[in-house]
Amino acid sequence: MKSEPKVRASLPEGLTPERLLEMYYYMVLTRTCDDRGFALNRQGKIPFAATCQGHEAIQVGAAFALRRGVDWLVPYYRDTCMALSFGVTPREQLMCLFARKGDIFSSGRQFPNHYSVPDRQIASISSIIAAHVTHAVGIALSIKMRKQPAVVLTSFGEGSTSEGEWHEALNFAGIHKVPIIFLCENNEYAISVHQSLQMGVKNVADRAAGYGFPGVICDGTDPVQSYETVRDAVERARSGGGPTLVEAKCYRAMSHTSDDNQLTYRTQDEIEAVKTRDPIPRFENWLKERGMLDDDTIAELKAKALRDVNDATDWAEAQEPPGERDLYTHVYGSGPLS
Amino acid sequence: MATKNLLEAVRETLHDAMASDERVFIMGEDVGARGNVFLITAGFQEEFGRERIIDTPLAEASIIGVAIGAAMAGLRPIAEIQFADFIYPAFNQIVGEAAKTRYRSAGGNTCPLVIRTPYGGGVRGALSHSVSIEALFYHVPGLRVLAPSTPADAKGLLTSAIADEDPVLFLEHKRTYRLIKGEVPEGRYTVPIGKADIARAGKDLSVITYGLMRHFAVEAAEKIAAEGIDAEVVDLRSIRPMDRETIVASATKTRRVLVVHEDNKFGGVGAEISAAIAEEALFELDAPIKRLCGPDVPAMGYAKEYEEAFMPSPDRIADAMRELARF
Amino acid sequence: MPQLGETVTEGTVGRWLKKVGDQVEKYEPLLEVETDKVASEIPSPFAGTLTSILAQEGTTVPVGAPICEIGGAAGGGSSTGSGTATSAAASPATAQAASGASQASSPGSSAGLVSTSGNGVRYSPAVRKLAREHRVDLGAVSGTGRGGRVTAHDVTAHVGSGAAAAERYSPSVQVASAAILPPRALAAHAPSPMPVAPAGDEDTVIRLSQMRKTIAERMVLSTSTIPHAWCMMEADVTDLSRWRDKEKAAFKAREGVNLTYLPIVVSTVCRAIREVPAVNSTWAGDHIIMRKHINVGIAIDVEDGLVVPVVRDADRFSLAGLAQAINELVDKARKRRLTMADLSDGTITVDNTGALGNVASVPIINPPQAAIITMEAVVKRPWVVNDAIAIRSIMNLCLCIDHRVLDGAAASRFLGSVKAQLESFQPG
Repeated sequence: MKSEPKVRASLPEGLTPERLLEMYYYMVLTRTCDDRGFALNRQGKIPFAATCQGHEAIQVGAAFALRRGVDWLVPYYRDTCMALSFGVTPREQLMCLFARKGDIFSSGRQFPNHYSVPDRQIASISSIIAAHVTHAVGIALSIKMRKQPAVVLTSFGEGSTSEGEWHEALNFAGIHKVPIIFLCENNEYAISVHQSLQMGVKNVADRAAGYGFPGVICDGTDPVQSYETVRDAVERARSGGGPTLVEAKCYRAMSHTSDDNQLTYRTQDEIEAVKTRDPIPRFENWLKERGMLDDDTIAELKAKALRDVNDATDWAEAQEPPGERDLYTHVYGSGPLS
Repeated sequence: MATKNLLEAVRETLHDAMASDERVFIMGEDVGARGNVFLITAGFQEEFGRERIIDTPLAEASIIGVAIGAAMAGLRPIAEIQFADFIYPAFNQIVGEAAKTRYRSAGGNTCPLVIRTPYGGGVRGALSHSVSIEALFYHVPGLRVLAPSTPADAKGLLTSAIADEDPVLFLEHKRTYRLIKGEVPEGRYTVPIGKADIARAGKDLSVITYGLMRHFAVEAAEKIAAEGIDAEVVDLRSIRPMDRETIVASATKTRRVLVVHEDNKFGGVGAEISAAIAEEALFELDAPIKRLCGPDVPAMGYAKEYEEAFMPSPDRIADAMRELARF
Repeated sequence: MPQLGETVTEGTVGRWLKKVGDQVEKYEPLLEVETDKVASEIPSPFAGTLTSILAQEGTTVPVGAPICEIGGAAGGGSSTGSGTATSAAASPATAQAASGASQASSPGSSAGLVSTSGNGVRYSPAVRKLAREHRVDLGAVSGTGRGGRVTAHDVTAHVGSGAAAAERYSPSVQVASAAILPPRALAAHAPSPMPVAPAGDEDTVIRLSQMRKTIAERMVLSTSTIPHAWCMMEADVTDLSRWRDKEKAAFKAREGVNLTYLPIVVSTVCRAIREVPAVNSTWAGDHIIMRKHINVGIAIDVEDGLVVPVVRDADRFSLAGLAQAINELVDKARKRRLTMADLSDGTITVDNTGALGNVASVPIINPPQAAIITMEAVVKRPWVVNDAIAIRSIMNLCLCIDHRVLDGAAASRFLGSVKAQLESFQPG
């Protein structure tokens, strides 16, 4: 095609048309999964759902900046797109929504989206905000001690950055220059509390200076910019340059979870306004402009996503739930319960 | 066999673990250049390097949190909390994170972490250097809580703790560091987690205890033996898991039980011991289960009088034994 | 009565210095008191009128007891001596009363575990369990615990005195005896309505302890159901006696226990049983059970009666071992610490009646055993040895057997073996 060389020349380091299409697909897949989760919740089939609508770009960009099978991911409970882009399958995602015994994250013990797949280097997390950030630092420390060519990416919302442990984690990481990327997905709301009530600074990234390493900001609704920013931070970490605090500005389109009703603290107008920043249609346009995507392909990919999610839903729903005896497993590796 | 005090036994065990397993590393406040405030790790940083003996910032939650991450990634961290009184900021990391790692990932992730900390009174440590914390933590499924009282047990149990695949809270009674000496076998050996020790066999009454109180109880038992009272002393060594079998067997044999612990009485470990005996050996008991424990006040004060009033002594234990024998 | 010295517990009223009706000033001398340490003038603690004298001259009263009353000006009240001495004197007595009361009530303060029987007495779970298992009437058990509480040890000791054993054994033995005894014997076993003149003023009534009751029941049981046959032999133990005299100091030093004739006889009894195993048997109604293990019961006198604890597998012990084992049982018996295990499964009893000076006894068999042997006092007698008169040490041996199980021949063979062993005793 006539425009190819121009397209290739303007693509960021590490991205190809193929990879960009993959990124787009994962965003669509995630949206489909998220919609399915809410649908199941409204049908009464699952008690709880949380979406990452508004976060897809930063999450897919970050995942693609990492090396699968080498680097570690320590995500938080809104990182569905990051998880799906880093090797979690739709079936595994739906299994955890249905809390089936075969759920690979926790055998139905945790809330949805509490990812844990150690053999794909996704660490286990709890529901306690920011508790995982020190763990991520510990993993990074172990990588440094073993001199492995790996990095750790840990993500969290802006509310997490108020927790004392979050600060302790960054402090430690800055002292020991461990190979880590602290990614803040700032959607401005910690449930109902706006950022202006969460911190005295305008940007979370401003805090990095207090810990001795760079803090950078990117547009979290732009997957390419997100990718570039995280890629740079990954390179710094991998080459021994230490931590980076990346703040991705994005938005939260839906309520915090299916148990929240954001109309109690946000206006409908505000919500409609942020939805115009939806990263998926914007990325579609970006790709179309560069001749990497057309409407047929869009339809094809959306249909594929729907097929995959339908298959995952039906399969997961049919799986066995845990039984009473499953209560007692995996308390200890061996020995009595008490 | 050499005679060592408890501190030397711990030091030797840590050194051997560091030397034999490169996954093991130690992190905590002042563990490196200072070698720990009791000199337990003196010289370790020079020998093993700053990467494996890490002086952490003054931030207990992250000492444990970072150690958890390292353990999840396959290393064997030994995290130190300088005094048990300082452990509270790390409570969530221990109870909400470390203890749950295996359970919440259905075995996918594990946390082979050892947390060491000195506890207990008798050194004029006042309100914030003398508390006992075992009651707060032994309640938690997924966590192991150990409290050896002899140098030989300290070495064997610490070795077991480091090898264990689950998080272990290893409590060292600071008064026993230098006060208690004993024979410690050479070479590597383990003491099984979850097994109590019969410190003194007897038939007239059973004292169930742990920590510094084990030694006071044995001393009291020797004293009253001359009065014709033959007391058995059971040293739990392991608070969770607890050796219910040995406790119940002793209670069944002697029919009279005295629980002794330094920690506050209400809700202390003695409550669980008493409940277990009542559940499994009620019809063997010839007297109500007696507890001699620390008073239900926040902590022992700085004045010598406060400390002495707080901590059970061999004489007070002997009095309690006599009373029980005469019931 | 004031306390006129730290260790003084009573005082004797000497001379009253005031009479009833006299006015008394505070601190005025009231009387003279003598104790075994000191004689003093006691000043009055009050001013007033001496209204009555409660302790006459020459009487001895305990410290704290009231000795006179003073009424009037100072508000009256009885005087027991000087003010402070009174309260000090009063406190030991009242403290004793108080501690007595608190002792009695302390079982009440230990809630929950100790259960009540109908009469308000409380028993611990262990006590009730043991009582149930051994069919003990707890009302008949005296308690050594605090405030007179019946302890688990008290119950096992009570069982040890044979009471519960009798209850345990009696049903099966009664069945057996019903099968073979004529009605007359059965009637003898039943409580006898024999009339007894009531105790007179000069007579002493002795209440039956549980041990006494039990011994009585067992003796009646034994003599009414077991046909006893008795025989006796004389053993020349001169050589044994000389050996013992030589050995006893070294034995004591080495083993820590005395070398008496008892372990020696027990060891010969064990060997004799090997020769005549039928002696180690029991009558079981329609068959005889010959026991494998030789568990020798040792009759031991205790304060209120008799117990027969058992040395199990006595044939496995060396002489020193036997001496130790017997010593331990005696010690336990005297301290009332025998357990059920100590008192069970005896197969033959040895009774050292000689220790009391007997030269012949007709012992009563301990059911369900089939024999009991006594060893009588060692007495120097003129004896015929090789057709000449010599002075020899003679120990009589008496044996009673259950004639259902054993006949005279077996009895004599057995007793003869014991005699022969004692006469040719070789140490080791």
